[in-house]
Amino acid sequence: MVKNASSPRTTRVAPSSQKRPAQLTERRAKTEGRSNAADISAERLSPDATWQRRHLLDLDDFSAAELVVVLDTAGAMKEVLARDVPRVPALRGKTIVTLFYEASTRTRASFELAGKVLGADVINVSAAGSSVQKGEALLDTIRTIQAIGADVCILRHHSSGAPYLAARESSFRVVNAGDGGHAHPTQALLDAYTLRSQLGDLRGRKIVIVGDIAHSRVARSNMWSLTALGAEVVLCGPPTLLPPGLNDAAPDAEERDLPPVRVEHDLDIAIEDADAVMALRLQRERQSGGLLPSLREYARLYQVNGERMAKAKPDAPVLHPGPINEGVEISTEVAHGSRSVVEEQVANGVAVRMAVLYLLLRGEQP
Amino acid sequence: MPPIFILWMGGFIVPKGAVMSADEIRRAIVRIAHEIVEQNEGVSDLMLVGMRTRGVPLAERLATAIREFEGETIGVGALDISLYRDDLSTRGTNVEVRPSEMPQDVADKKLVLVDDVLYTGRSIRAALDALIDYGRPERIQLAVLVDRGHRELPIRADFVGKNIPTAKDDDVLVQLEESDGQDQVIVTERRD
Amino acid sequence: MNKLLIRGGRVLDPAQGVDEGADVLIVDGQVAAIGGDLDVANTEVIDANGLVVSPGFVDIHTHLRDPGQEYKETIATGTEAAARGGFTTVCCMPNTEPAIDTRATVEYVLRTAMSGHVRVLPIGCVSRGREGHELAELADLADAGCVAFSDDGSPVADGALLRHAMEFASISGLKVIDHCEDLAISDGGVMHEGWVSTRLGLRGQSAAAEETAVARDIAVAAEAGLPLHLAHISTRASTDLVRAAKQRGLPVTAEVTPHHLTLTHNVVAFGENGNRDNDTLLYDTNTKVNPPLRSADDVAACVEALREGVIDAIATDHAPHADYEKACEFDEAAFGISGLETAFGLCMTLVHSGALELPTLIERLTAGPVRALGLQRSVPNLGSLVEGAHGDVVLLDPAAEWTVEPERFASKGKNTPLACRTLKGKIVATLYNGKVVWSEERVEV
Repeated sequence: MVKNASSPRTTRVAPSSQKRPAQLTERRAKTEGRSNAADISAERLSPDATWQRRHLLDLDDFSAAELVVVLDTAGAMKEVLARDVPRVPALRGKTIVTLFYEASTRTRASFELAGKVLGADVINVSAAGSSVQKGEALLDTIRTIQAIGADVCILRHHSSGAPYLAARESSFRVVNAGDGGHAHPTQALLDAYTLRSQLGDLRGRKIVIVGDIAHSRVARSNMWSLTALGAEVVLCGPPTLLPPGLNDAAPDAEERDLPPVRVEHDLDIAIEDADAVMALRLQRERQSGGLLPSLREYARLYQVNGERMAKAKPDAPVLHPGPINEGVEISTEVAHGSRSVVEEQVANGVAVRMAVLYLLLRGEQP
Repeated sequence: MPPIFILWMGGFIVPKGAVMSADEIRRAIVRIAHEIVEQNEGVSDLMLVGMRTRGVPLAERLATAIREFEGETIGVGALDISLYRDDLSTRGTNVEVRPSEMPQDVADKKLVLVDDVLYTGRSIRAALDALIDYGRPERIQLAVLVDRGHRELPIRADFVGKNIPTAKDDDVLVQLEESDGQDQVIVTERRD
Repeated sequence: MNKLLIRGGRVLDPAQGVDEGADVLIVDGQVAAIGGDLDVANTEVIDANGLVVSPGFVDIHTHLRDPGQEYKETIATGTEAAARGGFTTVCCMPNTEPAIDTRATVEYVLRTAMSGHVRVLPIGCVSRGREGHELAELADLADAGCVAFSDDGSPVADGALLRHAMEFASISGLKVIDHCEDLAISDGGVMHEGWVSTRLGLRGQSAAAEETAVARDIAVAAEAGLPLHLAHISTRASTDLVRAAKQRGLPVTAEVTPHHLTLTHNVVAFGENGNRDNDTLLYDTNTKVNPPLRSADDVAACVEALREGVIDAIATDHAPHADYEKACEFDEAAFGISGLETAFGLCMTLVHSGALELPTLIERLTAGPVRALGLQRSVPNLGSLVEGAHGDVVLLDPAAEWTVEPERFASKGKNTPLACRTLKGKIVATLYNGKVVWSEERVEV
């Protein structure tokens, strides 16, 4: 799946087919199904392609066909959003609760708008100003939300895995709106949507993700979806900000259940002939945490700027999950330049979240 | 046509035979095209809206027929009603949403909604809701290739290719060149 | 005279090198004889045909939570769990509330344990309040009945304090037990740092956090020339360090837990094969333990070190918690596994897989831990069936299968990652001071 494994500093991270522990075999089968699925036409689905999921927790087990269902549905939702009165009754009578344990403006607003355009009732619960702040346990809050009759809970939480707990312990559906450093599937879906609208079929496309991969749930989810769609994903960042466990020399490298991505520490090499570049937000506390000498040093090595973009393919789009630290991870010229698709990402976010809510809640008995 | 037995969800679908041939479909379209123009006293402000999926090629054929004898091109829209349905729960999860396309503003237009089969009327109800969300048309009329009866809502078609009496368990299958490689309408009977 | 004969079993007493079909005679709560033709007049008989008869197990690392956290466990429930697990002696860790750093608390524990199901030997704190600043009154604690000192739950982060503790403890002839963790390196990690932590987006705790502490502790012990015991080591490099230290003749001992011998970090995400719904990631808080479950390579190294004797003892690190302390986000969940009742069955997977011989396993559960902490000074002949020893005996069926049902644990802590797992090897009966403190129904006395 990975081509151009040429640079000597490049580490290849791909699951091997040998010596798999028994408990992973079943999951592996799914992973292999993914790559087969990428070979079928991602452009048009067979009419009986179905999408039957209870929750959206991550994209780690999505086939290309399933991803395409979401992205195509999002395309239909964009048409609704373009209307003078963007409102349809598809989810009339459904109750959506957004439960956010972390501050967020755009993701929450995006979900709220998505729910309202589809005619659902949206209730916002945030950690500040609710009993969550009084030390109420997540499970108690989940039970309360269940008792008020929510059909779906959009959960953002600072702890990885919290949406999995909510999904296990409740009868409503759960959409992960970002959990700790683990996953942010709707962000990855909107990235995939944006990339497909820019590049078309993603098979064989080289997509470089630059920055704080170690702490990035956006990067984690994108690795799964982009590789499932057949893209070649290159991770680029300083070793201090790359996640552990990618070392091929580790004794348990054989059994890893991680997407097939490449790691490259030199952005000038990584960005060569890239079809798209995705810069991640750098949290300023990484410097105080000793992971970076300074933002200046980071920018010198890893800022996506005009000079570096000249090495990528012409017109390669630049993505960023926002909010941007201008002049740190992206130079001002690139952030506001013609290649930036950041605003498009935000607009696509609503359509993608409408698609997710619609696909999860349609077919559910009222 | 010899009967074909197809296993379908544990039962059989028994084709009762073609009830409209390709020629009959062609003639019905030409007739409806004439009726639309006559009823609307010309083609000004006229716009056809096909309901996905098979209403769309039917609307295009009607537009082609009208152009042939009126010499004017009229707009054809495509309407997806998935987001307006009241039967999502019974249709299960196998519903594909596709974008609707309106070539012009629908406000003050004479719209002709086009579908292949008129049955309970629920799809038409959804389509009316969807159309009205685009603006306030002057009027909306309904053209269908087949009216098979069994209405559940107070809806009737303004233009009908053929009335086909059916049992409630029957299925009416419209096949069109554009989507199915051939033109015909067949009625199938479901047996367990 | 109260006589009890355990007849027809395979008697395994590694302390005396006994492994033979024989009867064990217990008179007035003490082992009177092992042999074939024992006087059976006026004797109660336990039929041990087909069973292994072993000295009662000794757990040198148990959290009984009493005093102060009785909602997690009490001395009563913890010792009942011990009896069910085949343990007749448990050394309880001092991270209670208040911590066991004064004579009064030691006396409370010993007094309460009088009515417990098995023997409790308290471990006292190294530092006052386990805060790592000032030494506790180690000699007074020893006088009161402590058998070792530890700030377990936390490392003795200050290397100088560790050395002073070892020196002070040596006055009473006792050992210091260190929880080996460099807190700057582990840095709030909630699981082993590796591909699984990356997969789950959880903060990892690198193996080096343990290994640097092990290396430091060995250096401090070597310089002081005093013995030191390392709690729950779990990585390949830790075993290498201990092996090298022992080769140099340093008085360093080490223990390993049943879960670090058998479970890898994979179970945090994916669970045990076949026993659970593996459709989604588990984030199983019952696998959250410190030190964390490591890689398969680390597990293999620990098993090898245990087999060689580089690791002296198996210790459960029994760490019971209330349900709500585990039914929460992984980051928020308490560290620890309720391990007393599954320890033997879990370790038997190593015997059944051929990684370990049964006599070796029994040694590491009996004579090994006694030797590691020098417990024979406190309780003569502990961990053996030698004549005159306490009548602490456990009857084992190595081939019997059973399913782990946490809701039936005697322990208040139902926190185990082994729920629903079938284990092969069970405790049939446990005798403490010659009395049956736990038995399956089929044992008739």
